[in-house]
Amino acid sequence: MTKKTEELSQKLHIGSDQLELLEKLCNATAVSGDEHEVRQIVMEEVKALADDVKVDALGNVLVTKRGSGENRVRVMLAAHMDEIGMMIVKKHDDDLFQFEIVGGIDERQLPGKAVLVGRDHLPGVIGAKPIHMTTAKERENKIETSSMRIDLGPDIGEKVKPGDRATFATRFRVVGPSIFAKALDNRFGVATLIELLKNPLPNIDLLVAFTVQEEVGLRGAQVAAYTFNPDVGIAVDSTPAYDLPHWDEEEENFQYNTKLDEGPAVYVMDRATIADQRIVRLFRETAVEWGIPYQIRQPGGGGTDAGVIHKSRSGVPSISISVPSRYAHTAASIARIDDWQNTLNLIHAVLSNMSPDKIAGERRD
Amino acid sequence: MKSLVQKLVETPGPSGFEYEIRDVIREAISDFADEIRVDTLGNLIARKGAKSGKGVRVMVSAHIDEIGLMATHISEEGFIRFTNIGGINPLTCYGGRVLFMNGTRGVIGMEGVEAGKTPKLSNLFIDVGATSKEDCPVKVGNVCGFERPFLDLGKRWVAKSMDDRIAAVIAIEALKRIEKTPHEIFFVFSTQEEVGLRGATTAAYGVDPDVGFAVDVTRSGDTPKPSAKMATALGDGAAIKVRDASFIADPRLVDFMVKTAEDADIPYQLEVLEAGGTDGRAIQLTRSGVPAGCISVVCRYIHSPSEMVDADDVENSIKLLVKLLSNEIVL
Repeated sequence: MTKKTEELSQKLHIGSDQLELLEKLCNATAVSGDEHEVRQIVMEEVKALADDVKVDALGNVLVTKRGSGENRVRVMLAAHMDEIGMMIVKKHDDDLFQFEIVGGIDERQLPGKAVLVGRDHLPGVIGAKPIHMTTAKERENKIETSSMRIDLGPDIGEKVKPGDRATFATRFRVVGPSIFAKALDNRFGVATLIELLKNPLPNIDLLVAFTVQEEVGLRGAQVAAYTFNPDVGIAVDSTPAYDLPHWDEEEENFQYNTKLDEGPAVYVMDRATIADQRIVRLFRETAVEWGIPYQIRQPGGGGTDAGVIHKSRSGVPSISISVPSRYAHTAASIARIDDWQNTLNLIHAVLSNMSPDKIAGERRD
Repeated sequence: MKSLVQKLVETPGPSGFEYEIRDVIREAISDFADEIRVDTLGNLIARKGAKSGKGVRVMVSAHIDEIGLMATHISEEGFIRFTNIGGINPLTCYGGRVLFMNGTRGVIGMEGVEAGKTPKLSNLFIDVGATSKEDCPVKVGNVCGFERPFLDLGKRWVAKSMDDRIAAVIAIEALKRIEKTPHEIFFVFSTQEEVGLRGATTAAYGVDPDVGFAVDVTRSGDTPKPSAKMATALGDGAAIKVRDASFIADPRLVDFMVKTAEDADIPYQLEVLEAGGTDGRAIQLTRSGVPAGCISVVCRYIHSPSEMVDADDVENSIKLLVKLLSNEIVL
């Protein structure tokens, strides 16, 4: 670790306070379209840090923190508050509820999961037929969401109505160097932006958007970008790490997306954005200069808020930066505290290196 | 003009990495435009004329990006795995040659495909002649396009990137040939069309036009057993788009385009495409909405390394565009 990075890690240290905040954020329920709980936590955290805080029509929290220097760059940082989850559709009996998926969930991993329903976090279970009763043939087939029910028990079920959201009941834990939690996608981003607001830079006008409805189509960020009309856009998110061997085959796993312990994932291209190479270069050069580990996320699928920010108005040079985590969009993800620390360090270092000349001229390689 | 076609189709420019083709086009138009600028997403925007009388502000969009590949993983042995930029059919990849923007050349290999099965991108890899990861001149995130020389078959022209460099040729020629216009015309050489009309989206917002025309290629229905229900055929004239999967051309503008073609004796055909999308959609949906249409060049084998167009169709498309832009646009 270089001296510069050491200073950075002290200044932006992820200690017990930061982990407690992340815990609070991860344990909150904020399924797309009902981000109220996370928004409350965010509002509480940012009100003392900002020049201006407002909640827009879609529910985005828009925070402005102006720098004090000359020739400031107006940088929009976006992190989505919402998470994937479920929505109650219909009551079947007093205690059994039909539901739909909100955002991208592989329905094969739903049966048997504990969930929390509604703003009161009512405990329930997505029921599964016990192995005692299933046939070998049944066990070969996937169960459709339409055949699943959330079971809440008779007394509690009375408090539930169609439209209520549900999330996985997984509770946040720190285990050695790792974090086990639900919704690290994207409470990592939310917590990162709060830490960046605590450490403002003179050369930057920070335009921080805590966005809604990313998991259902980057909807919040689209209107937030229009409002902020920034010079540069950076989406801060969490991306899958599938850095696991192929157990059943000899061949190399060449589709891992990212790897744990290799630092922040810098995007070159996903399905929604081809990153502006000027910003990619700034991230690469800053990482090398400061001795901060980073990895290039494998170009390919997926999309982040950058997908709508870069297309806002006449266009915005944009990029995405993600904290890698295993088992994204399931009930429990695993990530490393060090990867989060390095993500925070790198974004802060890039902001300190940002100047108008970095985005001057034409988009080139 | 043929040398311009050859120059444009042989210059690489995968979506998001259009800087070389942009430089080539800028040089080709610099003596004919009144003003040239480049926006954030790399769109080249050239103005010609100023509004007078019943003139309006018109946007003409031809995309300069092409489909390509991006490296996702370099193996210890120096083989390159890749993902697609835009609509790549794995069937057209095997044995193909690629040119990276950093100058590296390579060939596409394939493994693990059972006889009679179609390959997936994960069955394919690029071999640049490297012997290890260390001596591989390509890194994750590097970009390449297909490499294939222009083929002149006389009446028909073939190239890897007729989609949509032939439209850039049409726009450039129109820009050169227009002598007098009541309109303020913005010729947009747009970027990132193949990944979702992204360049035209920001360009249209910036230009804020009153009327828009996209110029693009469309499928043909004149091959032995065409899979698409298309009335279009090579050599039947400039195609006037009625609709595609991304937008319905403004019917008033379709009528105006047809009338303009008929009055000037320019051969034309009507195009109804059930798939696809063009910059016309991005123009139509910008701000409060804009009447938009599209001139298409009928093209065989789209998104393969050998896309074929008809030379007369190209000439007729230029003539139609020049007529449309030279007189009052009546809706």
